[in-house]
Parts: sequence; C-alpha cells; structure tokens
Amino acid sequence: MTEKENEKFRINFGPQHPAAHGVLRLILDLDGEVVERVEPHIGLLHRGTEKLIESKTYLQALPYFDRLDYVAPMNQEHAFALATEQLLNINIPIRAQHIRVLFSEIGRILNHMINVPAQAMDVGALTPTLWGWEEREKLMTFYERACGSRLHAAYFRTGGVHQDIDESLINDIYEFCDPFLKVVDDLESLLTENRIFKQRNVDIGVVTKKDVLDWGLTGVMARGSGYNWDLRKTQPYESYDEYDFKIPVGKNGDNYDRYLIRVEECRQSVLIMKQAIEKLKPGPIVTDDRKVAPPKRAEMKISMEALIHHFKLYTEGYDVGPGEVYASIEAPKGEFGVYLIADGTNKPYRCKIRAPGFAHLQALDYLTRGHLLPDLSAVLGSLDLVFGEVDR
Amino acid sequence: MKKFKMPETLSQEINNFELLNSFILKREIFDKNLIILVDQSNLINVFKILKDEQDFAFTQLTDLCGVDLPHEEIRFQVVYNLLSMSNNSRITVKAFTDNSNSVPSIKKIYPAADWYEREAFDLYGINFSGHDDLRRILTDYGFEGHPLRKDFPLTGNVEVRYDPDQERVIYEKVDLKQEYRDFDFESAWKGFNYPENQNDIEENTDD
Repeated sequence: MTEKENEKFRINFGPQHPAAHGVLRLILDLDGEVVERVEPHIGLLHRGTEKLIESKTYLQALPYFDRLDYVAPMNQEHAFALATEQLLNINIPIRAQHIRVLFSEIGRILNHMINVPAQAMDVGALTPTLWGWEEREKLMTFYERACGSRLHAAYFRTGGVHQDIDESLINDIYEFCDPFLKVVDDLESLLTENRIFKQRNVDIGVVTKKDVLDWGLTGVMARGSGYNWDLRKTQPYESYDEYDFKIPVGKNGDNYDRYLIRVEECRQSVLIMKQAIEKLKPGPIVTDDRKVAPPKRAEMKISMEALIHHFKLYTEGYDVGPGEVYASIEAPKGEFGVYLIADGTNKPYRCKIRAPGFAHLQALDYLTRGHLLPDLSAVLGSLDLVFGEVDR
Repeated sequence: MKKFKMPETLSQEINNFELLNSFILKREIFDKNLIILVDQSNLINVFKILKDEQDFAFTQLTDLCGVDLPHEEIRFQVVYNLLSMSNNSRITVKAFTDNSNSVPSIKKIYPAADWYEREAFDLYGINFSGHDDLRRILTDYGFEGHPLRKDFPLTGNVEVRYDPDQERVIYEKVDLKQEYRDFDFESAWKGFNYPENQNDIEENTDD
C-alpha cells in the first residue's frame, strides 16, 4: 500500500451536526481533506405527509403544507390552494389575491433572512444570524396577527384566505418595509465585500447551465447560473403579472452569486409588498361559492342555510375533481409543486409534493466532488435546504 | 421571454410530429396540464424525442412519482412531469406497470431521475430496470413494506420505543388502543342509502 492510499478514509457526518441544517446524514469518502464522494442519507424526518394527506379532507390536508418547509410556511400552502382551485375551477377575489402575494413575499423574506445568515454562519460569521432572526421575529408577528399563529399558519385556504387583515396590520407591514431595506444594507456591509466570506464562497460549488437542466435545479440555483427563470414572471400565477419587479440573475453559478441573488430578492420582495399594500382595496377575501368556502360567523346566526354549509364544510369538506393537475409556485427555495389527483370525493386520491430541496440535495454529490471538506458545509449552506420538505 | 404554451397548442404540435404521436395511447387536458399516456416499452423513445427535439425541448425533469390504483388491471402508474424552460411549457407523461413488470429507468436521460426513482421504489415498490442503485431512500433503515400503497395501513405495522431493560430502541408491532376511526363522509353528502326492504331496517334495530 502506498502512502497516498493510506490517506483515504470514510467518515460519517451527522445526522446531528450544526452544519447539516437539520437531520442530514452524509457518508463522506475523503482523500486527505479532499471530498471524493458524498452519499446523503435522507428520510430521517420522513413523516409520511403524502400518506396522511390521502386520508384527510382537503381542508384538513392544508396544514400539512406548513410543516414541509417550516421556514416559509405560507408559500407551500399556496401551491396546494392553487391546485385545488384549478380542479374546482374557481376564481378568487382580488383582495385575496393581493393578500396572498403580500404574505408570499413575507415568506420569501422569512426564508432568505434565515438562509443568508446561515450561509454566513457556515463559514464562520455569527452576527448576521442575530440580525436576520430579529427581522424574522417581526415578520412572524405579522403572521400571527393575520392568522393567529407564528409558524403553522393554515391561512391560504381554497377559494381565498382564511381571515381578513385589518388596517393597522397593513400599516405596520408598510412601516416595516423601509427600515428593513436598511437592515439588508447593513447585512451586505458585513458580508458582500468581506474578505473571508468571499474567499470561502467565490468559485465554490459552481453550477453550470447544463447541471441546472440535468439535475432539475430551480429557483435561486437556476438563476445563479444565468437562467432568467422565475415562475412569478414566466408562468404568472395569482396576480403577479400586475406587479413591477426585477429578477436578479447571476453569472458564475457559485455560492457567492446565489448569496447576492438572495439579498437582492429581499429588496425586490419589499418592492412587491409595498405595491401589494397599495393595491389592497376593501372587498371579499374568499370566494362566495358556499360549497367550497364557509360563510361568515354573523351570517350563521341568522341563516339556517349558512349554518348547514358551515357544518357540512367542517365535517365532510368539499368534493374536488375528478381530475389531475400539477400546480407550481416560485417558493423561496425554488419550484414548489403539487401534483394532485382528485377522484371526485372529499379526500385527495394522491398528492405528490415536489420539493425543490430534494432535487438540490441530490446534486450535492456532483457539486462537491474534488472540493475540500470545509467547502462542503459552505455548499450545503447555499443549497438552502430545509429537511421538512426534503423528507416530507 | 416566451409566454406559457397552452396545452392545446402543445397537443397540436405533438400531432404534427408523427413518430411521437404514434407512441401516445391517450391524452387528456386538465386546465393548464397536458397529460399523455404511453406504453412503458416506448418510454425511453418518448423521452428522447421530448428532450432532444427543438420543438419540445423538455430538458428538465421536475418530478417523478408513483400512483397506486389497486382496482385497475395494471396496478401502478408512474407519472413524469417535464419542463421546458426554452419553450416555456410543461407536459405530464404517464406509464403503467405492476409488480411483475418494471419500468425502464430514465436516469441516463435525466440524471435527476435517480432519487425520484428510488423514492417511487421505496414508497410503491415499483421496479426501475437499468437503475444501478435502487435502494430505499425515505423510509427507515431495514423498513419492510411500501408505505404509500393503498393497502398499507395509515398507522404502519411497527412502532418504536425505548426499552429500559435492553437499554436500546426496539421495534414492536403497532398496538392501537382504539380502532382507527375512518369516517366515511361520502355517503352523507349525497344522502343516506336506505335499504330497499323495510324489514331490513327493523331487523337492524333489534340488534
């Protein structure tokens, strides 16, 4: 045996490891400090979401989507709501559309405010994390005021949103916008030109245009490599075609470009939020189809019909289909899709969840071959993984 | 940037492409989705055409999943969702398979299919021929059964607990303190099915 061969060894990384961003187990083949092969073992957070959804009514299935990517819960619900709405062929009121856009963008900031600092923490910077979490805390308060819960919202229901939001909340969200831009600038002043941050991220984890296609990478992973592809622009859903915003696109496809895109997306999200607030006019927030959406409380006190509808909707739920659709949205992490097969009953027959993180993690082995071990955690950080959605 | 290609247009383009058209057994359009059904023996050819022909250019595999249809003659479906960024269009391809047959793996055409095929194997037991690494992916090490099949119980077959005597986590058969409550609401919405014979009801009340 030569001396070189002696340096090859196999180590176990995780499943409990701070750089693994959750319960990820990696089997690493190393040659000295050079990564030769990475074999991710996933499924440690598998909760059988798809199986559970098959046994629940459509309304009961919705909250499971909050528990997938728990960093930006409402974006997931959005895909499921769109899928059921396509099958039921209903249109949702204008106000509900703008509220959905508003909270989707809040979700995007929630996500990026955890991912950008986490990527920085993976290469050794602690301060951005504290700043990012502070902003998240403010945004989660908005979630709480809109739907009563900070994380598991269950807010985007089929046909609209669950509750209306009041003026004071809208004002507070508006007042959040500009100071937040200052925080983004401050964050950038810590990282963008930081020598250590650049040394660890520039030209690391390069994704070529071909890799994007081969590995099914979407969202920031695709845009970092130069694809001008954002479902909000290319396949507009909700009322995104009325909004004026820009899609940041990278050039080199490395960790650093992805970081820059995420930061810029935060700014664009703020722009969209402001526009959404301006577009919000009083009006209904849920469809008036009483076979899908429940009536108002007040109505139930005087109308027998309303009471029956309420009872039926919350016990039996609504029937969807038959039919099958694939509905996808631009989640902060990439394309989040729901492939729904409905058989005309009150429960989904099959609900496949297409999580962006699953495809991204799959490419990890390919992306990190030949990199150094410390680069692995930097690449992991920029892939933007949350194991709730990878393992489902 | 191109506008999203509607399924009707795409369907028309497939009609114009004779070879691909001959492979298609059935096609359906739901809202913005075009779904084509092909025989599993033609699957590789279909994907090669869809990927390589400039008119289609479905270069990205977004999703692959299994579906269980226990009452059908051929039990499983494999559903592929493809995306073309350059043409801005989507297509859903379906193929049938069962326990004794396998579906050709498309890992060589779309590398992303690797994990998705492992997932479909894990959850449904669908076999992909030509896949060199068909292991379980989402379920536990040493798991038995295929959990997303319709005949797999929702509660599972085994549960884990820490055994203080053996000082380790052990597997046990699931012990339900109460029967799983599956309320079938379907009939109630449509109205109750009364027995045709009045005597049947009286007999029931005696019990």
